[in-house]
Amino acid sequence: MIKCGIIGLGKMGISHYAIINAHPDVSLIAVCDTSGLILNGLNKYNEVQTFKDYRKMIDKCNLDCVIIATPTSSHAKIIQYAMEHNIHVFVEKPFCFNLEDGRDLTNLALQRNLVNQVGYHNRFIGVFQETRKLLDQGAIGDVYNFTAEAYGQVVLKQKNSTWRMKRSEGGGCLYDYASHVIDLVNYLIGPPEEVCGTVLKSIFSRDVADAVYSTFLYNNGKSGRLAVNWSDKTYRKMSTQITVYGTTGKIIADRQECRIYLWNADGFGKLKQGWNILYTTDLTKPVWFYLRGEEYSAQIDYFVKRVKSNESENINSFASALRTDITVDLLLNDAGKRNFSHG
Amino acid sequence: MDRIIFGDNQFFGVNHMSEEKARAQSMRFRDTRAIMNVLDIAYSVGIRTFMCTTHDSIAEICNHIRANPKRYADFKFYPGMPYAHKYANAVTESGMIGALKRFVPGSIIGTVLKGGKAVATRDFIAMMKILIDTEMKMFAGLNTEVIFLQNVMTDLLLGLNLKEIFVAFSDHVKKKYRAEPGFFTMNLPRLLTLLEDCGIENPIICSSINKIGFRMCGGRELYEKVIRENEFRPIAMSVLASGAISPEEALEYICNKKQIRSIVFGASTRAHIEQTKELIEKYS
Repeated sequence: MIKCGIIGLGKMGISHYAIINAHPDVSLIAVCDTSGLILNGLNKYNEVQTFKDYRKMIDKCNLDCVIIATPTSSHAKIIQYAMEHNIHVFVEKPFCFNLEDGRDLTNLALQRNLVNQVGYHNRFIGVFQETRKLLDQGAIGDVYNFTAEAYGQVVLKQKNSTWRMKRSEGGGCLYDYASHVIDLVNYLIGPPEEVCGTVLKSIFSRDVADAVYSTFLYNNGKSGRLAVNWSDKTYRKMSTQITVYGTTGKIIADRQECRIYLWNADGFGKLKQGWNILYTTDLTKPVWFYLRGEEYSAQIDYFVKRVKSNESENINSFASALRTDITVDLLLNDAGKRNFSHG
Repeated sequence: MDRIIFGDNQFFGVNHMSEEKARAQSMRFRDTRAIMNVLDIAYSVGIRTFMCTTHDSIAEICNHIRANPKRYADFKFYPGMPYAHKYANAVTESGMIGALKRFVPGSIIGTVLKGGKAVATRDFIAMMKILIDTEMKMFAGLNTEVIFLQNVMTDLLLGLNLKEIFVAFSDHVKKKYRAEPGFFTMNLPRLLTLLEDCGIENPIICSSINKIGFRMCGGRELYEKVIRENEFRPIAMSVLASGAISPEEALEYICNKKQIRSIVFGASTRAHIEQTKELIEKYS
């Protein structure tokens, strides 16, 4: 059995707790949170040690791996402490604020040959995996443009009470919502060399953006648009969609379906000329435990498998999440050039 | 429990297959009257049970049913709670404690924050009861013979192994509402084992059951085995796997499993409602 600990029992931490607790190859040994309320409530029926200080947990528990789901600003120091104790790390997104920290930790993971994974779960959604495969195979020819969007109704009025609403802690639509879409772009298309026309728009929040708009530019001539807004009441929950234009076709992908239009009379593999629709029901692999979406379980299972086989290579590595952090940094710098970024 | 239960996903922009369809549905049903019209069709063909979330529009449906007691004499609600996205968005916006403060009135949160371990567990349950009561307010005076715990909550508590909450939910629903507890889940085999450990006998469990194994954790064969061998009251949902299986094939498969008590389905047109009902009756 893999011995696992969880640090941070907020919304994602509790969700990871439930998923990992149900995993047949994992024994959840310890959890850590600064709030006694959550710790007390959770551990009546589980033989799990509780800690308020992650260092004590790591020192005492002889863990194989940890899941870190604390506010972003604390990721770097916790990851470093864990990896210095040769513990494999799964950390929630975004990876790190400070790019130097991100580079150092990526190197540390490589030096110590530790599994390093970040929770960008879109990479575990069947439809997006299929989209990546089709793009790699050249199904729609040379890709020249995309539109990546995500909308949801998180902030619909003024309020600033949690860390997610504070820029310094890693909150706001840019870090919390847009980072998922940027990572999806990096996964499907690659990270941009340059961004322009970035707008970080505060609609209701005082300190952070509620919407992010930008144009991505690539040295090879590709370009794309990013539009993310978490103050859109027309969406019941976060909805992410990417439209990719190629020289011989177009793909529109979201969590539920992948719609592919092909120009060529010959089609491509099993795909025919004209519209093709692939559904999530056909593209989603079964998981051992379901909570909120197969992708949450799939990413944890992927992590556990890598810990078991001690393979540090993975599709959601620190290195790949660092590229997403770098793109976030490009957006911030670009938006900072103008003074209409707030309000 | 009725053999056929009418669901509400189609009214609230929930479609596991297509976001475009979901959006079109949510536009069509933005007006509660449009929802009521479809419910009237279902009622007119003899469907009596409406399984629903605690979405704000359901409160308006409840008002309408309450205002017309003669017309809807046999109308039954099977409410499922909590309405997960309402709480998830609130947690992102206000934090865990902030969200609780928003939904749980009074001073109980303060007590919990100050309390030690013994106090906390008891107060968690007290909070849960208040949350149930808050969500149940809209159904006052209406027939709610089964009250369900929504799958995100059931499966979260299942993963966390919080048996005491299952027991407390079950007790509260029985005592306060004289209703039976029901559970939605995507993890039927695991939940059955846990409920057995909790001493909740012959439970009502609503889970995805379909021919292609969609959202059936543990796989179709294991589901078929637990349905065959365990004493519980299964309700099948997602029988069409969001349209991946034809209605005829889907319902033949379900109706052949004689242990399945009820089938829940959602539809927006008279033709679909009648077709589904006829197929269930044909194969049952």
